Amino acid sequence: MKNDITQINGKIVDPLTGYVGKATIHISGGKIKKVDKRPKSISSGKKSLNLDDLLICPGFIDMHVHLREPGREDEETIMSGSEAAAAGGFTSIACMPNTEPPLDTVGSIEYVNDRSMVAPIKVYPVGSITVGQKGERLVEMQEMAACGAVAFSDDGYGVQNNDIMRRALEYAKSCDVPLISHCEYSDLAAEGVMNESFISSQLGMKGIPTVAEELMVAREIMLAEYTKGRVHIAHVSTAGAVELVRRAKRAKINVTAEATPHHFTLTDDEVKSFNTNLKINPPIRGKKDVEAVRKGLKDGTIDAIATDHAPHSVEEKEFEFDYAPFGAIGLETAVGLLVTELIENKILDWPTAVNRLSTAPAVILGIPGGSFEIGAPADFTIIDPYLEWEVNPDDFKSLSRNTPFAGRKLTGKTVMTIVDGNVVYSML
Amino acid sequence: MSLKIRHLLGLEGVDADDISLILDTAISFKEVLSRSIPKVPTLRGVTIVNLFYEPSTRTRISFELAEKRLSADTVNFSASGSSASKGESLKDTVWNIEAMKIDMVVIRHSAPGSPHYLAETCESTIINAGDGAHEHPTQGLLDMFTMREKYGRLEGLKVVIVGDIKHSRVARSNIWGLLTMGAEVSVCGPPTLIPVEMEKFGVKVYDDLDEALMGADVVNILRIQKERQKSGLLPSMREYSRYYGITKDRLKNLNDNFTIMHPGPMNRGVEISSEVAEAPYSVILPQVTNGVAVRMALLYLLSARRGRVNEE
Repeated sequence: MKNDITQINGKIVDPLTGYVGKATIHISGGKIKKVDKRPKSISSGKKSLNLDDLLICPGFIDMHVHLREPGREDEETIMSGSEAAAAGGFTSIACMPNTEPPLDTVGSIEYVNDRSMVAPIKVYPVGSITVGQKGERLVEMQEMAACGAVAFSDDGYGVQNNDIMRRALEYAKSCDVPLISHCEYSDLAAEGVMNESFISSQLGMKGIPTVAEELMVAREIMLAEYTKGRVHIAHVSTAGAVELVRRAKRAKINVTAEATPHHFTLTDDEVKSFNTNLKINPPIRGKKDVEAVRKGLKDGTIDAIATDHAPHSVEEKEFEFDYAPFGAIGLETAVGLLVTELIENKILDWPTAVNRLSTAPAVILGIPGGSFEIGAPADFTIIDPYLEWEVNPDDFKSLSRNTPFAGRKLTGKTVMTIVDGNVVYSML
Repeated sequence: MSLKIRHLLGLEGVDADDISLILDTAISFKEVLSRSIPKVPTLRGVTIVNLFYEPSTRTRISFELAEKRLSADTVNFSASGSSASKGESLKDTVWNIEAMKIDMVVIRHSAPGSPHYLAETCESTIINAGDGAHEHPTQGLLDMFTMREKYGRLEGLKVVIVGDIKHSRVARSNIWGLLTMGAEVSVCGPPTLIPVEMEKFGVKVYDDLDEALMGADVVNILRIQKERQKSGLLPSMREYSRYYGITKDRLKNLNDNFTIMHPGPMNRGVEISSEVAEAPYSVILPQVTNGVAVRMALLYLLSARRGRVNEE
């Protein structure tokens, strides 16, 4: 490691104190040594960066990313996904276990660790809850956690069996890691391809009802309370689910939640275009759901923003809507959507927004980062909050192109990403 | 007069002028069908591909006849299953066919939106012959033609669609078209076969058949499929038949001069009794005849839109 940069001047956004203003950050050995809020002027040089009015945030952490390695390296590799993350402003990501084969053994966790050693950012593997993500038998959680699995999840599917989920919540306490639950009862979701609503009725498409998600959110909350386990609800998409989490938190149940940029931005009427990049699971919901997700992010019911970056090949997304796979990529559009949809619309202020993208995921996963505290890693996301740009999938570092936001004009962009004091991405 | 639409993908969003033009034009083509040589040279040199990804008898035959009566060259392509299972994408299939220089594609597919996708990626004129449970616009047009033929108008007609609304493209196309033309539309069926937020279409929703039929002019009866029982949407076909089957004694609340319609194929004794199906107030066979005339009108008008007709 070079640990190049020793001092940075700019406008820091401190998610813990709420301070937004000029500061000089001193870095030593890849860690924060000191943050001086009465900065002396410096000029950019080999070891110093003067970023003027650009925003310096603790490095963003995306706790929900699908890398397709092993298995579908044509869609994304650990390396390409990491480069996409760096370009999007993420200094750490947690990768989901639904690879081929799934990350359900110590060996597969070690594989991700090995392959990500040379990645520009930090990659934290999430192990599956059950062997083969089949929902039948628990993986060797303690040993996998000891090897670096920061959470367990059968993401892509909900754990359908109530007893297995109960045992998983109990067992995971021994590893002090959360279970990340993709909440959806598959019998209720049936063969659905989009949100069940007037739009699905119009289009004659099979719908996924909100209750398919909410029923499992309710189960996870009840099981977490009963077992005193810890559950994190992935990609909350419905108004009912937001309310369930809100009430659970009020009752001091150990539950956290995340929401995706597409769920706080898009509504299901867009599916009338039949654009398969809008086929996502959980599906893009209705207007009142989008509003509830935004409100949940504002009041802290939803702790974190995560992208659920899910690469798929162009060929597969060119199938008919019914047959196309679920998922959209999100690493390189998240910051633009955050600024355009939440900051400019005054739903979140900067410190809260940065909390949702750094502090909260760091705390939930128990990984370093998310603050300007002395000794914290010198991981920073540098944002130009006024930069206007248009989403062009051909510019992506990701190997896939399946974004529902192609052609959309956004404000705000990551212009530099720093990991352990090294610039890993810069468009300056 | 020419159509505003370039393709017929559905009746949602097609305006009253276009619908009226198709229905008016169909009157003269119906006359052609009654001639001793029921054929005109209008579409000579126009090539139409009937691309059927789902089994279909009557719609495919009706299109094919309409094409032949207009002297178009037709090619049939039938494939089962989705393109996903077949290995070649829908786009590649149509691009290949298009490379052979064709003018129009009539497509039937199980996936909603397939014709829309083709319209975006191809040069040919696309006609939707049924896309999943989404739309079946030519059926909607022929049903409206049949109603208008009998009553001389569509505006103010009270039409009730009975049965499996949820899985019916016929219902959706009828609803959009009829509402645009000023008819009053109701739907009736067991709640498990009514899609969510149905009222937002602008129709009345009933689960009681007698109530739904009160004061109606037209009853359009949909086919009920036995799979609905297996998938748990219906307790039994017997109960369905008792509560939603149209038999003679259910007709007492209808207006005088009422009409019974069915897009076929019928399950006699299930959703419709033989007695009703064969009574003089049933227009089930005229619907089939009209289907050819309406499709001829549509093919002609869409071809004219491409500047590809022989005005003789």
